[in-house]
Amino acid sequence: MSGGSLTLRGRVRAVLGENIDTDIIYPGRYLNITDREKTAEHLFELAYPEIRPALQPGEFIVAARNFGCGSSREQAAAALKFAGAGAVIAASFARIFFRNAINLGIPAVVAPDAAALCAPGDELEIDLAAGQIRNLTRNVTISAAPLDPRAVELVSTGGLIPYLKRKHAAAS
Amino acid sequence: MPMTLAEKILARASGRHSVSPDQVVVARVDLAMSHENADLVRKSFLQVGVPRVWDPSKIVIIFDHRVPAESEKTATTHKAIREFVAAQGIRNFYDVGRGGICHQVLPENGHVRPGMVLVGTDSHTTTHGAFGAFATGIGATEMAGVWTEGELWFKVPSTLRIAVEGEFRPWISAKDLILRIIGMLGAAGADYRAVEFDGSAIRRMTVASRMVLCNLAMEMGAKVAFTPVDEVLLDYLRPRTAEALEPIAPDPDAVYESTIELDASEDLWEPQVACPHSVDHVKPLSALGDVPVDQAVLGSCTNGRLEDLEIAAMVLAGRAVHPRTRLVVIPASQRIYRDAMRLGYLETLAAAGAMIAPPGCGPCVGVHQGILASGETCVSSTNRNFLGRMGSKDSLVYLASPAVVAASAVAGRLAHPASIVKEIPCPVEV
Ligand code: SF4
Repeated sequence: MSGGSLTLRGRVRAVLGENIDTDIIYPGRYLNITDREKTAEHLFELAYPEIRPALQPGEFIVAARNFGCGSSREQAAAALKFAGAGAVIAASFARIFFRNAINLGIPAVVAPDAAALCAPGDELEIDLAAGQIRNLTRNVTISAAPLDPRAVELVSTGGLIPYLKRKHAAAS
Repeated sequence: MPMTLAEKILARASGRHSVSPDQVVVARVDLAMSHENADLVRKSFLQVGVPRVWDPSKIVIIFDHRVPAESEKTATTHKAIREFVAAQGIRNFYDVGRGGICHQVLPENGHVRPGMVLVGTDSHTTTHGAFGAFATGIGATEMAGVWTEGELWFKVPSTLRIAVEGEFRPWISAKDLILRIIGMLGAAGADYRAVEFDGSAIRRMTVASRMVLCNLAMEMGAKVAFTPVDEVLLDYLRPRTAEALEPIAPDPDAVYESTIELDASEDLWEPQVACPHSVDHVKPLSALGDVPVDQAVLGSCTNGRLEDLEIAAMVLAGRAVHPRTRLVVIPASQRIYRDAMRLGYLETLAAAGAMIAPPGCGPCVGVHQGILASGETCVSSTNRNFLGRMGSKDSLVYLASPAVVAASAVAGRLAHPASIVKEIPCPVEV
């Protein structure tokens, strides 16, 4: 995400199935890592170890429904963010993961057909506020849920902490 | 306007007469709970730059995931939290040896009351719906926001009602019921929704069993879950708090998104088991064939309570854990540990060959006290069996009731408790 822009462009790194749980995204044994940058090292470590070394900055992870189900661990969203993922696109998200992602400033985009209409390597353009994804490689439009204005604001500020910082600095 | 429990609580917490599903409201938070991940919250909170938390009396911190500290890293985290807690004047702090698993410690010590809005940096915070609270999990960054502002936005969930009538058959418990429901609805079956459990079978349950339902409702995606606020619950709460207890109930004509009706005696013939690697991969025990077991785990915020230890002690009394199997027993709290000691359950279990581990999360999240090696199989009374959850990604975890865990420990393979114990258990009194 650059300069508060609400359009993202990048390639699909991986297309995953349904119910990708938080232990798959970030194993519980590394929960004592509280340095957020360091969480990136363990992204998808048990089930898809090939994703992280290949992930380029700004690339997208696409998945079927219920991405991020399971634990409330914020490290799952942090690992994606600090490994460089530009957004996660899924048919649906588990609610805590969704909130964690937005609060950390990583867009979570709900698009029911994305997993069927994307393959690794495809280039996408995502308009977050409008809820539209263009698959430029295949020349198809994938409909997505527009991101709630509150979420757009958080994502473009870089997450909840920068948002609160700004708010409380302004108030004092 | 008639409202469900979730709607009533959110309406009150956001200062409105009524709310309806999908409306976004900002609600005041009555209680904010964290465990070791309070360290992540603390770091984010310090970045915001306000000097004091909004209300130290509404924050509870409990060490449970890694107790006692299993590594220098954790010891350092614990230390940082202790210092923060002292500096901020957070009095509700449960250190090693004073508490147990957060979801047990909160109600046990009277922190939870009907009608509250409770958030916790733990997904199984839904457990506290058994006490009539709108209780849900949030991430650490969001909790830093709560520590700063004491409020949080929520989208009002629609409500799924699950009515269970009838009587359970022998050996069938709340765990079997909720596994059956998750198997029917799937891991996303209640996504973003509130769940209200009701019906005669639920109203007859102990508070401990009701907690099992609300705890596992999370595994079908529920935002919050409730069991009834009735005399059984109020009897549990009265000795634990000096605060007024306000009964709260859904309006009789509240609007539900859907209702599921089950008959405990007809729909639950036998114990249910969640097979690897997902909680919704549920099968009746008899469909599983011969499954040898290397480790059996009895504990967790799902099933580490006194009634769970009691039924395991009943199964294991005068018997021995199978030579091929290790049994790890973890009481959910210090208080349960002491009660189980006083009542002789720990003696019975240890005599049978169980290892009794200290109160806390134990091996549930795969960090210590019973990690699985590649190729090993575990039967566990916990709530998650995801790939690699309890150790090697090449291990298998089956989730089942305490009675099935205990019976399997004796048999060395997944087993029905009736195959071990011939007399039928009497209903548990807690
Ligand atoms: S017992 Fe397991 S599920 Fe419960 S709080 Fe601890 S780690 Fe989480």
